Amino acid sequence: MSSRESILNKIKQNQPKEINELPDLEPLKAFDGDVVGQYKTVLKGIGGNPVEVNNYEEIIQYIQSNYAIQKRVLTTLPELASIAKLDWKTDDPHSLENVELMVVKAHFGVAENSSLYVTDAIMGQRVATFIPQYLAIIVNKKDILPKMHHAYERIGDLDYGFATFIAGPSKTADIEQSLVLGAHGARSLTVFIVA
Amino acid sequence: MNSDKTIQHSDAATVFNKNVERVNWHDETLWFVREKRDRSAHQIPEWELLRETASQIKFNVLSNIHDYLVEFEENAKKNGVIVHWAADAKEHNEIVHSILKKHEVTQLVKSKSMLTEECHLNDYLADRGVEVIDSDLGEYIVQLRKEPPSHIVLPAIHLKKEDVSETFHEHLGTEKGNIDPQYLTESARQSLRNTFLTRRAALTGVNFAVAETGEFVVCTNEGNADMGAHLADVHIASMGFEKLVPKRKHLGVFLRLLARSATGQPITTFSSHFKKPREGKEMHIVIVDNGRSVQLGRPEFKNSLKCIRCGACMNTCPVYRRSGGHSYHNAVAGPIGSILAPNLDMKKNADLPFASTLCGSCTNVCPVKIDIHDQLYKWRQVLVKEGYTPKSKTIAMKTMTTVLANPTVFEIAGKTGRFMMKNFPMVVNNKLNKWYDNREMPEVPKESFREWYKKNGKANKGKKDE
Ligand code: SF4
Repeated sequence: MSSRESILNKIKQNQPKEINELPDLEPLKAFDGDVVGQYKTVLKGIGGNPVEVNNYEEIIQYIQSNYAIQKRVLTTLPELASIAKLDWKTDDPHSLENVELMVVKAHFGVAENSSLYVTDAIMGQRVATFIPQYLAIIVNKKDILPKMHHAYERIGDLDYGFATFIAGPSKTADIEQSLVLGAHGARSLTVFIVA
Repeated sequence: MNSDKTIQHSDAATVFNKNVERVNWHDETLWFVREKRDRSAHQIPEWELLRETASQIKFNVLSNIHDYLVEFEENAKKNGVIVHWAADAKEHNEIVHSILKKHEVTQLVKSKSMLTEECHLNDYLADRGVEVIDSDLGEYIVQLRKEPPSHIVLPAIHLKKEDVSETFHEHLGTEKGNIDPQYLTESARQSLRNTFLTRRAALTGVNFAVAETGEFVVCTNEGNADMGAHLADVHIASMGFEKLVPKRKHLGVFLRLLARSATGQPITTFSSHFKKPREGKEMHIVIVDNGRSVQLGRPEFKNSLKCIRCGACMNTCPVYRRSGGHSYHNAVAGPIGSILAPNLDMKKNADLPFASTLCGSCTNVCPVKIDIHDQLYKWRQVLVKEGYTPKSKTIAMKTMTTVLANPTVFEIAGKTGRFMMKNFPMVVNNKLNKWYDNREMPEVPKESFREWYKKNGKANKGKKDE
């Protein structure tokens, strides 16, 4: 008998016989509050940097004055072509090793934890949001949802190869619980909230 | 495994307690994490409903694991993932090794996976010429020091920055005496970046696996799991079969609970959902039993399989905080580890369910509402009945009534006192035991102990005491 069969047989034999219904998740959705306000507060609390803007022009200006754009800046967004390269999506992911700043757009954000949801369809490459020194993510104000339950409702049965929630810059507190931003991923995260 | 080689929890704890200052620091650091968890939980008005919901989902999973596993496998295969089944640790390690061998890989980068600790994968691979580098900073530190992690979420929580500084000076050539966490983290970042860029195979753990879609979720703060997996040709994910959730939407419940319970963060920095391999690359999932199906069949202990490994029960446990993770001689330490370990090896781990005051704090913080302290209490009964408690325990039980009735007798009891302290720390008060010095202790549940003794102490009467 293969391990698969023997494991499954043992489980079938041993799993509890009582029927346990799945709970209703609807009551967990209740929320009354300022979604965008909460988003920004939580993001600041975990070391992220929220920036409200009206359009891509303002995003470009912000990036020009706050990042070393003479270094390698990449994006998935044609709107940013004047400051960032677009032709890297089919390159070997290792070649992204020297990226200074990556700018992508999220499907949506979640107020309760300030995370942003991206899938491989809009990341360019899976490693794109992990390997750069600095990361900036754009999200529409109207796409900020209250809680994770709303997030999964929105995701529904979306197909993807890879998807991730990103909340703040990469961090660690493994040395005596002292928080250090910039563990293996981005050292900072700016979130452009577009009106 | 040879039980004689295992140092009993109480003995290891005694050693750990020799450095009073450090024990106090360890205790306070974990309590600080526990307080962050409290603040985070209090911000969610529906926290209790969230815990109850998570608990119900996990109960549903336990009753239907067979079908969910079959569904998960089917969907994962459809997604192009290669699924393996491992009955025990040995088979898990063999599978991982065979995948690496097929690809002629001799260097593996690994993100946090307590399961691979449970299976002793690193040693197994090292013996076969495969170099493994742990990429989580805490795990990297303890790996350089040739120590196991002492905590499932905070692997190096037993170390001070001076220790890390020395280790990094020795292995990474950092400045001697530079103890700045920022500087030390940066050096590890530089060194590990090179590792990520050069490894062709990556192994990650699994936090949740979704039956409905065949995808699995890996949560990290550092981004190390993603850096490894997205740069490698082969991604191997090892999971205990209890990691399943029925549907994608259930992730919403667990992702809300996990990080808040673990460190007080609203969510981990990255919650990555792996569904299909990258074009032209390979993704493997190894589904591991290793005693879990046996635990599933123990009505008193099956609930331990609801665990999502948040570590909250450790951070809050007065015994864990003052004895350190290594004293539990098991991959998973603390209260939950003390329930899981005897299932794997009753003889070797018979001491662990006794390493508790049964104060119930673990049960109160557990995000999936596992009745942790009840299960510890029940293990004691089982272990006594099965004859696994050390013989010496029986003498302690005989004296127990006197001790409970008259603490002064105990305090001056010399040899007996030390003996009692070793075997029954939960009834030892602060004059003799550093565990309880300066601590605000929850009330010692004398009642439950008495009840337990009444039932089980008698069972040992008539047996020969040493
Ligand atoms: S038993 Fe509960 S509190 Fe302890 S690690 Fe598991 S889920 Fe967390």
